Amino acid sequence: MGLKENILTRSINVFHVSSGSCNNCDIEIIDCLTPRYDIERLGIVIVGSVKHADAMLCTGSSNRLCVPRIKKLYDEMPKPGFVIAWGACGCSRGLFKDSYNTGLPLDEIIPVDAYIPGCPPRPEAVIGALAKLVDKVRGKKL
Amino acid sequence: MSSLHYIFLFLIFPGFLFSASMGLVVGWIDRKVTARVQWRVGPPWYQNFVDVAKLLFYKETLIPDGASKAMFLGMPLVSLAGATLVSTIVLYINWAPQAGFIGDLIVLVYLMMIPAIALMIGAFSSGNTLASLGASREMKLMLAYELPFILALAVPIMKANFSIRLGEILAYQANSGAIIGSFSGILSFIVMILCVQAKLGFVPFDMAEAETEIASGPFIEYSGKTLGILKLSKAVMTFVLPVLMIILYFGGVKFDPRGFLNTALQYVLIVVILVVIKNTNPRVRIDQAIRFFWGPVAALAAIGIVLAYFGY
Repeated sequence: MGLKENILTRSINVFHVSSGSCNNCDIEIIDCLTPRYDIERLGIVIVGSVKHADAMLCTGSSNRLCVPRIKKLYDEMPKPGFVIAWGACGCSRGLFKDSYNTGLPLDEIIPVDAYIPGCPPRPEAVIGALAKLVDKVRGKKL
Repeated sequence: MSSLHYIFLFLIFPGFLFSASMGLVVGWIDRKVTARVQWRVGPPWYQNFVDVAKLLFYKETLIPDGASKAMFLGMPLVSLAGATLVSTIVLYINWAPQAGFIGDLIVLVYLMMIPAIALMIGAFSSGNTLASLGASREMKLMLAYELPFILALAVPIMKANFSIRLGEILAYQANSGAIIGSFSGILSFIVMILCVQAKLGFVPFDMAEAETEIASGPFIEYSGKTLGILKLSKAVMTFVLPVLMIILYFGGVKFDPRGFLNTALQYVLIVVILVVIKNTNPRVRIDQAIRFFWGPVAALAAIGIVLAYFGY
């Protein structure tokens, strides 16, 4: 593990992309910032602009109208940047798999680095996924 | 004094390196106190250093299509240079009061506007709508707080026999007690706290960056190195404005052990007042901010001036 990986994994600015989610996953994001879990102690903060971000947190089933916007946001994120698929819809379109409106799952639109399943995922699952992503960036065997 | 000496002053000791690292530490105090107020744990002490190092060395810098490139990339540097010049003058004057010149306080007032103006120009040149919105709010906010800020500065100037040299304000306080000890000094100090709050963009007056509303406003298109430089310049200003208040109201930084402890306590007191105001107030609208600064705050500063004129 070099200095670069050390620095990159100790300061993670997260941008939240909602592509047609039911708002349940979005509420769980707020739970991670509350005193009980407090992910700011790990250096993780939510930012307002994708150009400040190191990670994109994608919730929702990525419906047809959102696909070009998700691609654009991914291009605007300064690299190195990571994508986390959040919730059943983000991972695999979930309930909306056969809908006319959701053509592609998220990982066929942009490369996804971590999947957090659940409807919605618990904050513990989120922190676990972030820890695994940090290990992946630092080059450890999972 | 050789030019090498000046370069050392500007880049290393009271200037860039020292005040930027102190500013990042003060930024950590801000985040930690905020976290404790909200019953959280908060980030470790090196968090801001890691954030800035990441942006400066390891992240891509993007330039939006249609932006004026020279302006967009140059303005963060102008902002950092202005902030560093302020810190160099304000810190150096403490152990060499005779090094100032007539009117250095006025030069400081102008230099302290440079970071805000540079941020505005950079935001306008990025071509982003939200950035322009944030920059126009920043401009209005500046118009709002500069009036009471200058009125508040008038009190230490009048107390020190109408001298606009920082050195003479320090000498006056060394002879006849700190300016905060008088009624007009207290009023002026209160006004100054509110103006510094707005100058630093802390919460009741953070409508320019308003992260939840206009997605961090003037900063929105900045990424990588440029964002890192803007963060550094903000850190330098955060460190240096409380020091300026110590010079104006508490008689400057002392260097004997007991005096230095006093100075450190005064510094922490000012920073904690700023952070507590930040954490107990909601964001106000821009028109409310202008009404607040031009109304009650300016009136308070004017009362301070009248009291100072009659010697209270």
